Amino acid sequence: MLTLVVRRLGLLVVVLFGLSLLLFAWVRALPGDPARALLGEKATPAGIAAINERYGFDQPVWQQYVTYLGRLLRGDFGASINTGEPVVRTFAERFPATIELAVAALLLAIVVGIPLGYVAARRRGGWLDNLVVGGSLLGVVVPVFFLAVILKYVLAIELGWFPTSGRQDARIDATHVTNFYVLDGLLTREWDASWDALVHLVLPALALGSIPLAIIVRITRASVLDVLGDDHVRTAQAKGLPRAIVSRRHVLRNALLPVSTTLGLQAGALLSGAVLTETVFSINGIGSYLFDAVTQLDYPVLQGFILFIAVVYALVNLVVDVSYGFIDPRVRVS
Amino acid sequence: MSPKTQPAVPPQDPAQEPLRVRPTRRAFTLASVSAAGLATLSACAQSQRDEGGSGDSGGGSGRDTFVFGGSADPDSLDPVFASDGETFRVTRQIFEGLVATEPGTTDLAPSLATQWEASDDGLTYTFTLQDGVTFSNGVPFDAAAVVANFERWYALRGIAQGEDLAYYYRSIFRGFRTNDDPALGESLYAGSTANPDGTVTVNLTRPFAGFLASLTLPAFAMQETGAVQAGGGNGADGSDPRQSAYATSGPVGTGPFTFSAWERGQQVTLKRNEEYWGEKAKVATAVVRVIGDGTARRQALQNGDIDGYDLVAPADVETLESSDFQIQNRPAFNILYLGINQAYAPLGDPRVRQAIAHAIDKEALITNALPSGTKPATQFMPDNVTGWNEGVTTYEYDVDRARQLLAEAGQTGINVPFNYPTGVSRPYMPNPETIYNAINQQLTAAGITTTPVAEQWTPNYLGTVQGTTQHGLHLLGWTGDYNDPDNFIGVFFGAPTNEWGFTDQGLFEALANARTVTSESEQESTYQDINEQIMTLLPGIPIASPVPSLAFAPGVEGYTASPVQDEVWNTVSVSDS
Repeated sequence: MLTLVVRRLGLLVVVLFGLSLLLFAWVRALPGDPARALLGEKATPAGIAAINERYGFDQPVWQQYVTYLGRLLRGDFGASINTGEPVVRTFAERFPATIELAVAALLLAIVVGIPLGYVAARRRGGWLDNLVVGGSLLGVVVPVFFLAVILKYVLAIELGWFPTSGRQDARIDATHVTNFYVLDGLLTREWDASWDALVHLVLPALALGSIPLAIIVRITRASVLDVLGDDHVRTAQAKGLPRAIVSRRHVLRNALLPVSTTLGLQAGALLSGAVLTETVFSINGIGSYLFDAVTQLDYPVLQGFILFIAVVYALVNLVVDVSYGFIDPRVRVS
Repeated sequence: MSPKTQPAVPPQDPAQEPLRVRPTRRAFTLASVSAAGLATLSACAQSQRDEGGSGDSGGGSGRDTFVFGGSADPDSLDPVFASDGETFRVTRQIFEGLVATEPGTTDLAPSLATQWEASDDGLTYTFTLQDGVTFSNGVPFDAAAVVANFERWYALRGIAQGEDLAYYYRSIFRGFRTNDDPALGESLYAGSTANPDGTVTVNLTRPFAGFLASLTLPAFAMQETGAVQAGGGNGADGSDPRQSAYATSGPVGTGPFTFSAWERGQQVTLKRNEEYWGEKAKVATAVVRVIGDGTARRQALQNGDIDGYDLVAPADVETLESSDFQIQNRPAFNILYLGINQAYAPLGDPRVRQAIAHAIDKEALITNALPSGTKPATQFMPDNVTGWNEGVTTYEYDVDRARQLLAEAGQTGINVPFNYPTGVSRPYMPNPETIYNAINQQLTAAGITTTPVAEQWTPNYLGTVQGTTQHGLHLLGWTGDYNDPDNFIGVFFGAPTNEWGFTDQGLFEALANARTVTSESEQESTYQDINEQIMTLLPGIPIASPVPSLAFAPGVEGYTASPVQDEVWNTVSVSDS
């Protein structure tokens, strides 16, 4: 298991190196001039020259890359051209919003999806099964963006049950420790703040979680159906084992393997889906920041953020792969 | 219920319960719990927003926080380096200038200076300062502080001098102690003195009639220059001063609010300045929430997430009013015009321009394409600016006259390019596409056909109509910064430009001279004459001054909309209603 982890981490380093090169080339191939984007309509040649010199844009691209790579190896991701803030700091401020949203969506998908899929499989062909299968189809085909707008319109604007936007009510004077607002409230014992952050998460998480939920329902259902027909389950039932034990040890445990693979893949999809959801609900996570970075041609931010996301994505998948070992001992052996 | 009190696995006897029932029951339970949870959650969310951190000021139902929806993050919190409304919205609460405007008007009012006196030659201004004022970091505000501010602006170097940064300083003062940009000339500022009696004298190198009015600009607000220096706010090391520690996290002024926090992309939080010398703020906290999309701002107001917002879409005004929200119209201080490039062949003929003027039905245009309350314009400035001429030459709507003029000019059946921007909403031009369509139809009816040239506002609409000669007719406008005619017609017609494509030395000189007139009555008559001169020349067609709107929740009181957006929130209170 340790070898697997080490090998995968080694591979990650190689992949990141290649990615940094590609990203560097791609970002600089974007049309436009970052200095002009920063200084705006009234930019003067002197101002543009000053910015280009300050950020090294006046040097040959290969030299810029070498400098960039050198800094990267020291853990320096540079500073935003637009705000002057270090990319790492902004990331630390913004990423928690996206992670909080993605985790909430994923939790929703798991907590609701797995039981629903299981129940549907057990009641195969019944009205509940049909409802779940039909509903999950709807969940997959309705775009996150559209669902987000509908949820916001019905539950926030028409019914007024939830806030329309943001991560926390502007009137709450909350202390932020980790920038995970729900967690911060718990840490500082500001229960109101924590609760308010949670309430703000509901609609975005519902919207973002809709696709993974639907997928998890379908995978769980199919997988459970598959396992239910297996000999060992029949044997276990024939031995007279209590149903709860059969379900937990023999059916669910085996059926969860494909589900966990899906979860790993969905984590990446969640990050990109979060960009749209953040836009609809005015959440200042990485999505909106990346969008600004693209429009402002903020090279360091674009490069830094995409590398960060690649690392996170790779790590999530590593965790998923490792988790196989715990779910299915055969993976550990091989 | 905490997890510890919950039994890990409920004791069950499978023999007593039919197997196939359980999943259904579980599903049902799950569904019920989810529904109940959602309902509870929403109920709590509702009640929490209703309480909204109930207030300590202004009676039982008062709230102590005012939340305003802005359309973008500020550029920086140092107003010297800003020229956009969202930055000034925030800095106006933190900083004050020597001179302000009377709420709701463009008239000058005392602020940090209680009175002022100008010398007869217009070269010396002496300001008497408000007593007992301190900056929010405890440093006293006095004559030396005023001198330090003027000297700071005058001494800016490098990138800080750029038009993109020190825009207002450059447009008013025209030069620095050392000019890094060859486009600059001699500075209007000649020096200043802190007098022994506590007053301040500011000397100018030449008279400038708009000097006092220009001091109402938020860019010229008084800052604590010690804090600026300590926070790297002058860009002395070649860095962008908008990104300094001072400009992003430590602005220090004398205003009714002090800076508390700026969460980029989300909100700026301001706290009541308990030591404020004037009327202390009614709310303890003011927050500017950043909500870029106009529809999302409206929804946030309707939902109670915010208490008010700016740049209300004309189409939303009625919806909001009918559901008891308050709408405040800013007195129009802008002008929308149809620009004409005389360098484009047939448009150099005055008869063609007159024909275009007669072809446009401004009233119909306003009814069809502009917010209600919009006034038609007769000249290139709104009627509340000094020098507005009541008897100026006008061109009434008359299609036959238009056709006749075209025939006289031998230009029947002309076709000209017509540039208009897309993807933008400006206070003077809420919906350019609609305005273009309406004008185009009217021109067609008079026998003038156009070739539409639509271009995105960002990045380059202005580049095309102001930077090149390749355009015929175009839509553009201007929102005034302070009450001075030079800020309107001086900006448009003070020098030959690609936008208008004409050279008229008489007009250019008249405008340059008018800038130096110091007596108010003389200024009035001088600019009235120039307005007549312009409307005879007819470089373009002034269309209208649309009224921009603000929207507020029913419980918001004490907000006075200002034509120049000089809106300070110390008088604002919020209550549940």
